[in-house]
Amino acid sequence: MTDKTVAHLREVIREPELAHGRYRALDQIGRGGMGTVYRAEDAELDREVALKVLKAESEMAVERMRREARILARLEHPGIVPIHDVGILDDGRAFYVMKLVRGQRLDRYQAGAHSMTDRLRLFARLCEPIGFAHARGIVHRDLKPENVMVGEFGEVLVLDWGVAKVAGEAETIAVAGTRAYMAPEQAADPGCVDARADVYALGKILRFLIEADGAPKPLLAICAQATAEKPGNRYQSALELSRDVERFLDGLAVDAYPETLADRAYRFYAKYKLLIALIVAYLVMRGVIILWTRH
Amino acid sequence: MIDPDTSIGGVEARFPQTHWSQIVQAAGANSAAREALIIAYWKPIYKYLRIQWKCSNDDAKDFTQGFLARALEQDFFTGYDPAKARFRTYLRASLDHFMTNAGKAGGRLKRSSGAPVLSLDYSAAENELSADPPDPAESIEEYFQAEWVRQVFAVAVEELQRDYAARGRETRFAIFARYDLDEDSHQLTYDQLAAEFAIPAANVTNWLAAARRDFRRCVLEQVRRMTADEREFRNEVRALLGIDA
Repeated sequence: MTDKTVAHLREVIREPELAHGRYRALDQIGRGGMGTVYRAEDAELDREVALKVLKAESEMAVERMRREARILARLEHPGIVPIHDVGILDDGRAFYVMKLVRGQRLDRYQAGAHSMTDRLRLFARLCEPIGFAHARGIVHRDLKPENVMVGEFGEVLVLDWGVAKVAGEAETIAVAGTRAYMAPEQAADPGCVDARADVYALGKILRFLIEADGAPKPLLAICAQATAEKPGNRYQSALELSRDVERFLDGLAVDAYPETLADRAYRFYAKYKLLIALIVAYLVMRGVIILWTRH
Repeated sequence: MIDPDTSIGGVEARFPQTHWSQIVQAAGANSAAREALIIAYWKPIYKYLRIQWKCSNDDAKDFTQGFLARALEQDFFTGYDPAKARFRTYLRASLDHFMTNAGKAGGRLKRSSGAPVLSLDYSAAENELSADPPDPAESIEEYFQAEWVRQVFAVAVEELQRDYAARGRETRFAIFARYDLDEDSHQLTYDQLAAEFAIPAANVTNWLAAARRDFRRCVLEQVRRMTADEREFRNEVRALLGIDA
């Protein structure tokens, strides 16, 4: 038996055992730390869904899945992928069925040729479901580009709420989040976080989105404020952060960046450069005409 | 260097063909576990001796026989504590110990006189070594584990074939073998398979799914026979599926 055949048989064994259920796996669309996601057919409702099969058969994994389902049941928002079904496969592995999102993950979107404006508008849309969850006492705690999907029509959906913190609920998760996007207070104690931990992660995502573009100073200042070490120095909510990004998009001064006169002049120029060009052209022409008539 | 070698089978022919299952049954309780362990590990042991200890094929055969016989004689398996290490780690450490002693004893430990001889297909192991030599980037631990996985799968395929033959399902096994065991056929469509076997495409879908399910069952049953409790079983399944790799 060759290495290639062994690798193939490993994949065959990993495939979910769905023979007696309503779902039929069509193909594998992703694999992460917790499990594998398949595009599947829901025979009962005749629609395609995303079916995630958890790797481990442990009680902790099953509990995490159930918890995520309960959290998502509270969060009906167009920017949050709903769970349709949860259960245990014949082989003992836990699974859940989600809406199938057609599009790409944010990390792959970032690699594409998108303008800065498109990226920032997308980021502002990403803040909406997060702010919605915060308003209901839920902190995601694992925001990162891999957990954000960008749909075919530019819609933004937040995935993987399995380690979210729910206000007033006893903490059962010892380690939550991904180090590169994790707020310092979350790294120290995942249980002692609030919405500002997600603001930190959003700031890191914003930095990730604008990285390749030689970002202007106000945007870098927004990132810096969102990812301030102390929660009290950050934006206090995802919506505050979103509003500052939108101010930048509208050519207005942002809260995170105290402008000098030169910065203000440059911003004014950047915002009204067409109008300024027209006025200058008009004045030059007018001057030329005056000079012409005098001579 | 792995040298000098003889032709596989030539020297093997001098061994009387005692089936190892008789030996493990004679060894008393838990014979199913011992049987499963020996089936799963004799090839990794042989290949390990060839690569790590640079044994010739004859020496590797003798030492494999000697080690397995000694392990059975001396209640080797009862000394293993799953809480302390994986069985593979224990087995390799014991094998290294055995080889060190064999070196001191001038090779007398290869096979103790009167020790039963296991009938093992060394030529198949040798062919696999030639077809899939170890990856230089892979550690010997990784190699040993990969060879264990290969052997578990190979035995599961044999079990599946026997089971299907007994139930008159040879065509189902042939479809599984064509699609999942022939590495050049993974890209075949179900329609192509249906045409090849002159059966409806729906049968290909159902039979292949059933064969894969039965293959999975054979693999898991084999691992279950090799493990002492649920925790060890789960850990071994995770290792087998490459989840913790």
